Amino acid sequence: MNSRRPTKAILAAIAAIAAGCASMSDQEASQKALQLMKSSFSERGQAKLDRLDQDESQRLCSKPPSHELAKETSARIEKENLASIRYPADGKLMGDWKNGERIAQSGQGMQFNDDPKRPSGANCYACHQLSKQEISFGTIGPSLYQYGKLRGTSEAIQRYTYGKVYNSQAFTACSNMPRFGHNRILTEQQMKDVTALLLDPNSPVNK
Amino acid sequence: MKRLSGRRGLRTLLLAAGAALALLPPAGAFSQSAVDEIAKYRQQLQDGNPAELWEARGEALWKTKRGPRNVSMEGCDLGKGPGVVKGAYAELPRYFADADRVMDLETRLVHCMTTQQGFSFAEATRRPFGAGSNRSDFESLAAWITSESKGVTMNVALSHPKEREAYQIGEKIFYFRGGPHDFACATCHGESGKRIRLQDLPNLTEKAGAQLAYTTWPAYRVSQGELRTFQWRLNDCYRQQRFPDLKFTSDASIALTAFLARNANGAAFNAPAIKR
Repeated sequence: MNSRRPTKAILAAIAAIAAGCASMSDQEASQKALQLMKSSFSERGQAKLDRLDQDESQRLCSKPPSHELAKETSARIEKENLASIRYPADGKLMGDWKNGERIAQSGQGMQFNDDPKRPSGANCYACHQLSKQEISFGTIGPSLYQYGKLRGTSEAIQRYTYGKVYNSQAFTACSNMPRFGHNRILTEQQMKDVTALLLDPNSPVNK
Repeated sequence: MKRLSGRRGLRTLLLAAGAALALLPPAGAFSQSAVDEIAKYRQQLQDGNPAELWEARGEALWKTKRGPRNVSMEGCDLGKGPGVVKGAYAELPRYFADADRVMDLETRLVHCMTTQQGFSFAEATRRPFGAGSNRSDFESLAAWITSESKGVTMNVALSHPKEREAYQIGEKIFYFRGGPHDFACATCHGESGKRIRLQDLPNLTEKAGAQLAYTTWPAYRVSQGELRTFQWRLNDCYRQQRFPDLKFTSDASIALTAFLARNANGAAFNAPAIKR
């Protein structure tokens, strides 16, 4: 056993040196990728190059699933995102579910070929099931059918739902869902309308 | 994730039951769901692919003397020697010593148009993507050149250090989240069995998904009436990711292509394809 160990250690060292020669460090690759991206995109319409400037959440969440985030890092991301949520001054969190349905259907907004004067949609159906009637829905996010029926419309649920739309990463670090309020994709009224779509007992989501 | 596995199991069971029912003679109705209808539509599309029109034009373009120096593209080395087209696409992107750079097909075509035919870079890249009667030479050339790799096994090497670097950087770009929507390529293409609306999404982080996706570009897009190349695919993904405009033949586009093409190694190349 004793005579074998040094051999193994030497082999491991040789392998490490070979690997070092063969590839850049992970950090170096990230830096080069960013450099390359900055020179590889051009501004077009409303899509300026500052869209490549990552905030801390984006930077920390740009990892393959095999790089699991440390618990403290996830907690920090969620804490910082939670602090960004601004609730409506008038205290009302539920708007008009019919407008919410239109917003949920629309994928318009913020692409370089979109008219910045037109309001953005949230495109909820791209990733979520919502109502029974709409069979063209995606599956990247969970089904939200019966969302309000299952949870009720208490103040706490309303605040959670509005907050989740405003900044999904306040509750799930590195969530795939856009941070609609935090990144000014939706207006306050639009977020109220989407909240109503999810919670209003008359909404098709809860029928 | 663990909580979902039970539900997924149930869904698989239901799907299996649905598939078993589908084998029974239909009782009036044709299909079980919209997804089945779309699968059927896709199947029907395979019968005739207008990509052949682009292929014919591309072959003619390759052989026509053009540019200030009035030479054809037949002296262009796509990696297997000057003028060798057969099987070339299945080994791209690759490192080219004469340019000291890793290049994908379109980048190599621009290189030949500028160094051999004498076009300026601006002239050569004037129209990367076609629109109606304003056809793109790249879409035609790519249609023909890729058709000459149909059935060839994807074999993208990582033997040169710059090829390994492109792959490593391409992987980083794949996971790069940015823009107002926080989208990375991986947001939509990092998990299996997902879809946007009714559109199935290939999981490009797994061999099977990368192979299926990469080997079916270029493709004739029925919804656009155009033949689209892989450069177009990346550009339009980034548009929907709310990023700025990905420059045609940019370094990031080549690195990302190198990452995805390499992941497709071992599969038979099967394009130009036809898609919705």
